[in-house]
Amino acid sequence: MGKTVAEKIFDTHVVDRPAQDVWILRLDAVFCHEITTPTAILDLMRKGRDQVFDPSKIKAVIDHVTPAKDSNTALQGKILRDWVRRHQITDFFDVGRNGVCHVLFPEQGFVRPGYAVIMGDSHTCTDGAFGAFTPGVGTTDLAVGILKGVGAFRTPRTMKITLVGRLRPGVFAKDVILSIIGRIGMNGATHRIVEFDGPVVADMNMDARMTLCNMTVEAGGTCGICYPDKITADYLWEFIRGGYPDPAAAAAAFHQWWPDPDAVYEEVVVHDVSNVEPVTTFGWKPDNVKPVRAMQGTPIDQVFIGSCTNGRLDDLRSAASVLRGRKIHPHVRAIVCPTTPKIYAQALAEGLIQIFLDAGCCVTNSTCGPCLGMSTGVLAEGEVCASTSNRNFNGRMGRGGMVHLMSPATAAASALAGHIQNSELFNG
Amino acid sequence: MKSFGGSVLFLNRPDINTDEIIPAKYLTEIEREALKPYLFEDLNLDGFVPNRDIPGHEVIVSRANFGCGSSREHAPWALEANGIRLVIAESFARIFHQNMFNCGLLAVELPAEAIERLFKEYAHRATVAAADVARSVLAVRTDDHAEEIPFTLAEFDRALVEAGGWLEYANARY
Repeated sequence: MGKTVAEKIFDTHVVDRPAQDVWILRLDAVFCHEITTPTAILDLMRKGRDQVFDPSKIKAVIDHVTPAKDSNTALQGKILRDWVRRHQITDFFDVGRNGVCHVLFPEQGFVRPGYAVIMGDSHTCTDGAFGAFTPGVGTTDLAVGILKGVGAFRTPRTMKITLVGRLRPGVFAKDVILSIIGRIGMNGATHRIVEFDGPVVADMNMDARMTLCNMTVEAGGTCGICYPDKITADYLWEFIRGGYPDPAAAAAAFHQWWPDPDAVYEEVVVHDVSNVEPVTTFGWKPDNVKPVRAMQGTPIDQVFIGSCTNGRLDDLRSAASVLRGRKIHPHVRAIVCPTTPKIYAQALAEGLIQIFLDAGCCVTNSTCGPCLGMSTGVLAEGEVCASTSNRNFNGRMGRGGMVHLMSPATAAASALAGHIQNSELFNG
Repeated sequence: MKSFGGSVLFLNRPDINTDEIIPAKYLTEIEREALKPYLFEDLNLDGFVPNRDIPGHEVIVSRANFGCGSSREHAPWALEANGIRLVIAESFARIFHQNMFNCGLLAVELPAEAIERLFKEYAHRATVAAADVARSVLAVRTDDHAEEIPFTLAEFDRALVEAGGWLEYANARY
């Protein structure tokens, strides 16, 4: 019987089977940030086990609240800094060199095809875009990962979502994944890994694939997976060039992390993207999805363009193409967050930052802050945000606030209009 | 092993997410006990008042997909800080479910019909529930009624509960 991608990764990483349905996997990397890691560090210290399994395989960043906004967040940063120094963890990204973890770590080449990686963050599922198994975990799983380099997982169950058809102009990976979540529901992939395949995914660049995988957890999924190919190899090339003569050879080697042709899936969903139009969410659940045209005119107070879902260079280009030469609505404030310093610098070099400033946007440093109402863009009671992030839960961006999820192009168009607005109006 | 039982708090809604259980703004706390006052602060449930409705309850009964969303282990920590160590639901999100057992807490899944019946028969009156992990049985009782409901517990989950959590289990074994 053929194997899925996750089954191949499990087979090559298993170190124990303490129960029939449980696999203890060796981890290729453990990613850490300052919100969920400090408690793990303190727990290990209290138990007299202040150790790390391999400092070269632990990567750490301060990204949720940066720079620190108060004494608590300053302490979280300090606990993380002291820890990385104590254990000679050299891949640590402090203020100024830091970015949103699920953008920064792939950008640094830390995620490779066939890897098993955990992080104390649900959107670690993003990293599966590289053909890796990358479940988000809690603090205790993180602590064990740090100490022992292993994680416990159920026998993988995989659903495959095959994307066919052609994307219409103004429709992006964000619209595709929202339309999928709207279709399968926020519980539709629970306890499952989601493989995305088909010609539409094959044509997507890594930025778009990461957007797709990023929101699999919004359908309950363990992680998304895209098949690693030449596009993956090109993205990773500067980090892997020692191992292969050229990216095509790397892509050929990555083929071992594709599913077998006779792999068995729990469910296969064929999703025709030709029918997908720009969409947004309503209410408090990410599967409450409607066409933008049906929500058009909904007044907004704030726009957020950023996050691990849509704060990459492609996303900023997309938003800038709508905002170029225009001013945002006077009643709206727009927060644009390039998610890593590298993306920030590229956006600066391409003139995107100037477009945002000319349009009247606030461009912030790289942070997760606004997406979860932790910093730099908290909503007041009754306020509404058009956001490129991933969760519209009650209170997500601030108590009593409402979040509508959408693509960067739609968010930019909404910033101009002062209400939810399709980007078509502002093309050209 | 911890004990799992007490007065039941019924939360009659599916998809209760971890942002509702403990909002992100409190994730700046590094000590679990500090989360206690903020449990369910943003819960979207008609008529629910956290300060009034949470105290005195040690068990939650809820619907499908409990604990969806963020990976924050602060959700089970905030529950335990309030004395709640047992959650019974139709289903759980993966990470929340794992976090509960990793903390040595108990998340019990019951079929939709069983959950429906619990709401119908018990939600309107004072109810006490206790889980007997060794026998995989829930004892549910009111002033004038008592019953036992069997549940299934995966072998590994049981081992985690008995060990007091994943760190204790892994530390001894790997």
